[in-house]
Amino acid sequence: MSDYTPGQLVCPIPISEYPKVLLAHGGGGTLMHQLIGKIFAPTFKSDLQQAEHDAATLPINGGRIAFTTDSFVVNPMIFPGGNIGSLAVHGTVNDLAMAGAKPLYLSAGFILEEGLDMETLWTVVQAMQSAAEEAGVQIVTGDTKVVDRGKGDGVFINTAGIGLIPDDVEISPKRIEPGDAVIVNGDLGRHGMAIIAAREGIGFETSIESDSASLHHLVSALLANGINVHCLRDLTRGGLVSATNELASASGHSIQINEASLPVREDVNAMCELLGFDPMSVANEGRFMAVVAPDDAEKAVEILRGLPHGEGAVAIGTVSEGGSLVTLKSRFGAARVLSMLSGEQLPRIC
Amino acid sequence: MKHVDEYRDPEAVKRIAAKIHTITTKSWTIMEVCGGQTHAIVRFGIDELLPDKITLVHGPGCPVCVTGVELIDKAVSLARTPGVIFTSFGDMLRVPGSKVDLLSVKADGGDVRLVYSPLDSLKMAQDNPDKQVVFFSVGFETTAPTAAMAVVQAKKLGIRNFSLLTAHVLVPAAIRAIMTMPKTQVQGFLAAGHVCTITGYEEYEPLAAEFNIPIVVTGFEPVDILQGIYKTVEQLEQGRSEAENQYSRVVRREGNTAAMKIIGEVFTVVDRTWRGIGMIPDSGWGLSAEYEEFDAEKRFDIEDITAEEDSECISGKILQGIKKPIECPAFGIRCTPDHPLGATMVSSEGACAAYFKYRHIPTVEKA
Amino acid sequence: MLTDEGLLTRTGKVEFGGVQREINLAYVPEAQVGDWVLVHAGFALQSIDEEEAQKTLEEMRNLAEVGGGLKGADEDKS
Repeated sequence: MSDYTPGQLVCPIPISEYPKVLLAHGGGGTLMHQLIGKIFAPTFKSDLQQAEHDAATLPINGGRIAFTTDSFVVNPMIFPGGNIGSLAVHGTVNDLAMAGAKPLYLSAGFILEEGLDMETLWTVVQAMQSAAEEAGVQIVTGDTKVVDRGKGDGVFINTAGIGLIPDDVEISPKRIEPGDAVIVNGDLGRHGMAIIAAREGIGFETSIESDSASLHHLVSALLANGINVHCLRDLTRGGLVSATNELASASGHSIQINEASLPVREDVNAMCELLGFDPMSVANEGRFMAVVAPDDAEKAVEILRGLPHGEGAVAIGTVSEGGSLVTLKSRFGAARVLSMLSGEQLPRIC
Repeated sequence: MKHVDEYRDPEAVKRIAAKIHTITTKSWTIMEVCGGQTHAIVRFGIDELLPDKITLVHGPGCPVCVTGVELIDKAVSLARTPGVIFTSFGDMLRVPGSKVDLLSVKADGGDVRLVYSPLDSLKMAQDNPDKQVVFFSVGFETTAPTAAMAVVQAKKLGIRNFSLLTAHVLVPAAIRAIMTMPKTQVQGFLAAGHVCTITGYEEYEPLAAEFNIPIVVTGFEPVDILQGIYKTVEQLEQGRSEAENQYSRVVRREGNTAAMKIIGEVFTVVDRTWRGIGMIPDSGWGLSAEYEEFDAEKRFDIEDITAEEDSECISGKILQGIKKPIECPAFGIRCTPDHPLGATMVSSEGACAAYFKYRHIPTVEKA
Repeated sequence: MLTDEGLLTRTGKVEFGGVQREINLAYVPEAQVGDWVLVHAGFALQSIDEEEAQKTLEEMRNLAEVGGGLKGADEDKS
């Protein structure tokens, strides 16, 4: 029975070493996982709660649906390669796809800041519909609120999504096995760097565009071709490092990444070097990793490469028994542990 | 990419490492005094490629790590002052002062902003004439000319709402301090390549002679670092103690005279307290009399600060090369990047952070 | 801290691997369009001496060859 009485904290809050919420708590790293693990997950107790997965898989009427939600607060609202609207659709569609579900319906909740240009809102909303059409989903319900000027950041969007999981699909960290191959569908770090470049004060000019895209078609192609897909995870906040650590932790196995095989574009690399970022920890919005049976790896890469947003697919690592560690084998042969960052990466100078 | 990739060639790296093996006959302890080099060494696993007889020690080369606690506390105080926009490089934001770091001040509502260049801060001052913009001027000699230029431009343009909180530190003074410590094990130094780009390496020659140690100016890519180590070991094996330049494509013996001239006008040598080491005389740069109007410490009434260091943090010993991060009882347990006890864990170039990120095997927490 | 290719004005557009920024060139008065410079915190700090770079690479190759393939008896495994 819970000790908690509303309005009165009986047990001390379990994350009291941080009396205030920090930006780092949203960074996709250890602080965010701590926040989820200590405040949200234990409070919203339920047998079906799956806080550590992209989407919850729920039994219904003999079948299974995937259910997920995601909020979008990106600043600037409009950036090279997309806007907060297209992002809002892609993000939630991808979360559903990562559970092996066919994404069907989305809701869209808007929190608008007083003073937002109607034209901007129109652009964002149009982008959402285009993205939805492309992904084959429908936005069927929603909500709108407006907050005072200065209390919102232009627009915040929440999208929730429902998808149907085919009976024969079983995708989860529990299915990851030693020997499995880890594949990504393309080059890393584009979205995060596009956003940073678009922010004021940094002053870099570049043609880097966000990689934001819906990925469901890639997943269904893999499944349709009989690829033995054990697990999927999209690479969002916290990048490849966060995602691999999450899977290592959830599966109990270790993942070894080959630095030499990591796909990163020259200009993304350049910006990362300039600002002291690690491309492996930078956010993506159109990238995912597939953990597949070793025999299927080559075929899986081939299938992805033949499809839009999969052209850069490549195998980047393997799973090994136990340990829950993610390690990186450098170009020089040295191996080192890749731990999750605590929070946001800060641009650094010597 | 030209001028970068060639110096990361894995083949070359392996072969230079092999060559170091062949010439090493005795045990040697070499210290590098540059956060960027510490970072590169741990990230690329360079120390693992060296023979066991060579011990690489990480010195106080991370300017973020050695910035005195009382300066951080002053920064915090300024950032909390209404009407002040406090600007800084990214790394400094997470360094704990006696009580809090700048990021917490930001969370509490202070106007703390990250900049890529001191010129960005100056522009902010021009764009916000009703506010005071302070730039936290941290760094070794590499960064000083950039802050100097900002101040020179401010004076020329008559910008009155811009000031510096200076925390600059000097490498040669650090080398001297390390070598005069009674317990020092260090027998040779890799000098910071970018610092020497500005200062040149003339002043290292008397240092090398006085303490009988080789000092090799070294770059940052794996090939540079290994070449630097090679030259140092070669000198040691041959009994030489000279200042040598590995990073010759960028470093000239006299440095960058244009930069040094500006520095000479804007800054003057001052005593500095190095976090974890203590006060080293003549080891820093502060604003000269001609530019003291831009000194934030003089412009603002900053409350009296008594700085307290966390008693468990041994970053002082780590900065002096006496201990390695993994020898600290709190390392990875009570002191992690999430809750750092000292600066060497926070700064991405701090030795503890580098070890944590690239070496530490985290205890797996049950989800 | 990196190396770049430059266009000349008092501040100049410097390009690095496809990314560009306006950089202060006050400390490299001799730099010309097409030169490589070392950049830090919004400033070019020094131009890259191509000759010296070649010398360094030459030395690196010589070092590597003379020792070439010879593994010291005490070489440790990673």
